[in-house]
Amino acid sequence: MRALDYRRAGSAEEAVELVATHPGARFLAGGSNLVDHLKLGITAPGLLVDVSRLPLDTVEHLDGDHGSVLRIGANVRNSDLAAHPVVRSRFPVVARATLAGASGQIRNQATTAGNLLQRTRCVYFQDVTTPCNKRDPGSGCSAIGGYGRYNAILGASDQCVTTHPSDLAVGLAAVDATVVVLGAEGERRIPFEDLHRLPGDRPEADTTLAPSDLVTAVELPMGPEVERSTYTKVRDRASYAFALVSVAATLRLKDDRVDRVRIAWGGVAHKPWRARRAEEALTGGPLDEQAVRAAVDEELAAATTDDETAFKVAMVRNTTTMTLLGLAGEAAR
Amino acid sequence: MDTEISLVVDGTPHAVVVDTRTTLLDALRERLGVTSPKKGCDHGQCGTCTVLLDGRRHLTCLSLAVAQDGAEVVTAAGLADGGLHPVQQSMLEHDGYQCGYCTPGQVCSMVGMLDEAAQGHPSHVTDDLTADVELDDAEVRERMSGNLCRCGAYPGILAAARQAARG
Ligand SMILES: Cc1cc2nc3c(=O)[nH]c(=O)nc-3n(C[C@H](O)[C@H](O)[C@H](O)COP(=O)(O)OP(=O)(O)OC[C@H]3O[C@@H](n4cnc5c(N)ncnc54)[C@H](O)[C@@H]3O)c2cc1C
Ligand code: SF4
Ligand code: FES
Ligand code: FES
Repeated sequence: MRALDYRRAGSAEEAVELVATHPGARFLAGGSNLVDHLKLGITAPGLLVDVSRLPLDTVEHLDGDHGSVLRIGANVRNSDLAAHPVVRSRFPVVARATLAGASGQIRNQATTAGNLLQRTRCVYFQDVTTPCNKRDPGSGCSAIGGYGRYNAILGASDQCVTTHPSDLAVGLAAVDATVVVLGAEGERRIPFEDLHRLPGDRPEADTTLAPSDLVTAVELPMGPEVERSTYTKVRDRASYAFALVSVAATLRLKDDRVDRVRIAWGGVAHKPWRARRAEEALTGGPLDEQAVRAAVDEELAAATTDDETAFKVAMVRNTTTMTLLGLAGEAAR
Repeated sequence: MDTEISLVVDGTPHAVVVDTRTTLLDALRERLGVTSPKKGCDHGQCGTCTVLLDGRRHLTCLSLAVAQDGAEVVTAAGLADGGLHPVQQSMLEHDGYQCGYCTPGQVCSMVGMLDEAAQGHPSHVTDDLTADVELDDAEVRERMSGNLCRCGAYPGILAAARQAARG
C-alpha cells in the first residue's frame, strides 16, 4: 500500500471541499471495499477523507417537498438498515436485498452509500497483474474470452463485460429511490436509475458522480398504497457469496390484474438492471407463469451470451417467475 | 502519515502511534501484542479477525486503525472475565474447535450474533421479517456464515451456538 494522508471530515461540506481540492482524494466510509482495494493496489489515493462519523446515520420518515419519503442516511449501517422496523414492514425488498449481501460482520461495517459505490468483483479487476480497462483504462479486458461466469448479458460493451456487485442497489432500483448528493455546487437529487452507468467506452466510471460528490442520503417514496415486494438471490453457495443472478420485485394487483409492477435484476449488467419492458408487458394483464415468462423474454431479447454466461438467461427467467408468482400468491391471501 | 490514536482493548486503555496504512488487526497484533484476533485471509473473507467493536461484531482486517480512534475493542480473550464466557464454555463442551485457529473469531462472532438475534434483527433465512427471531439451525448457520473453519468444526460450533442461545 502506498503512503497516504488521512483527514476526518468535520462536516459534509468540509468533506466535499477536501476531496474537490485534493486530486485523487477519496471518501472513506466503512472501508470494507476501499481498504481491500488499497491493499490489493487497485487504487492509490494520496488522501483519505473519513466521512464515517458524519451524522448521516439515521433512518427518518419525512413529509416534505418531495412527498412522503423514508430518508436513509448515507452512513446507516447495512445491518441497521435491514433491521429498521419501517424498512422491514414497508420495504421488504430493501431489507431482504441487504440481508442477502456479505456477512453479519461486514453488514455491521458497510454503509448505505459505501455499498452502492462498491466496485466490481471481476477477478481481473482485482488482480493487478492482468489487463483491465476499468482499473487501468486502455489496457484491455481480460474477462472477454476469460473466466466469465459472473459476466454481464445486458448492456455490456467491447471494453468491459463485468456486473455490478451490490445487492442493496438492485433492491433500491425496484422502489424508485432517489439519491441525494452534495457536490461542489450544492445539493442535487438523482433518480436511482441514473446513479450507475453502463460501461460504453468509459468503463472506469462506475457512476455518474464526480469524485467530490458526497452521497448524503437515499430516499424511498412512501406512497399511501402498500405493495408486496421481495428479493431473490441465486448464488453458488447458500450464503456469503455474490449473486450469479438476483431479482428484486414489487407488485400491486387490482381485480387480479397487475396494477403496478417493478422488476430489477442483479448479476446481469454493469448496473442494476431495471426491466422496464417486462414491467410494461405485464401491466394491466394477469400475473401467471406464461405472462411472466413472455415479459421476461421480451426484456431479454437484447441479451448477448457466450458459453460461460448462457445459463443466466434461464436463471433470470425462472427466478423472476418464481419471485413474481410468490408475490402474487401473497397478495391473494 | 503517523497519527496517535487511543483504543481500549479488553478493558485496558492504550495510546499508540499508527501509520494511516495500519489496519486495526495489525495495530492489535503487531503494535499492542494482542494476538487473540487471528489473521487468516486479510481480505474480509474468513472472519478469523472478528472482534467486538463498540459492542458489535466487526472485522479488523478491513478497518484502518486511524479511523477507529477512541473505539472499545473486546477480543475473544477479553470475554473471559474470571471464568469462561458462556459462549466459550459452550464451545468447549461441544468441541467447537479442532486446530483452534478460527476459534477467537467464531467466539466473538457468536457473541455478536446472539446479541443481534436478541434485538430481533432478521437474517437472510428469516421467513417473516416482522416476527420474533427463533434461532433454529438454519438461522444459526446463516448468521455464522461469515466465519469459515478450515478444519470443518461446524457441527460442534452449531451445537455450541444452540446451547448458548438457550442461555
Ligand atoms: C467477503 C466480502 C463479501 C461481500 N459480499 C457482498 C455481497 O454478497 N453483496 C453485496 O452487495 N456486497 C458484498 N460485499 C461488499 C460490501 O457490501 C461492501 O464492501 C460495503 O457495502 C462497502 O461499504 P463501506 O461503507 O465499507 O464502503 P467503503 O469501502 O468505505 O467505500 C466504498 C466506496 O464508496 C465510496 N464512498 C463511501 N461513502 C461515500 C459517500 N457518502 N459518498 C460518496 N462516496 C462514498 C468510497 O470512496 C469508496 O469508493 C462483500 C464484501 C466482502 C469483503
Ligand atoms: S470485465 Fe471490466 S472489470 Fe473485468 S477485466 Fe474487463 S474491463 Fe476489467
Ligand atoms: S483476516 Fe479478516 S476476514 Fe479473514
Ligand atoms: S478449528 Fe481449525 S480452522 Fe476452525
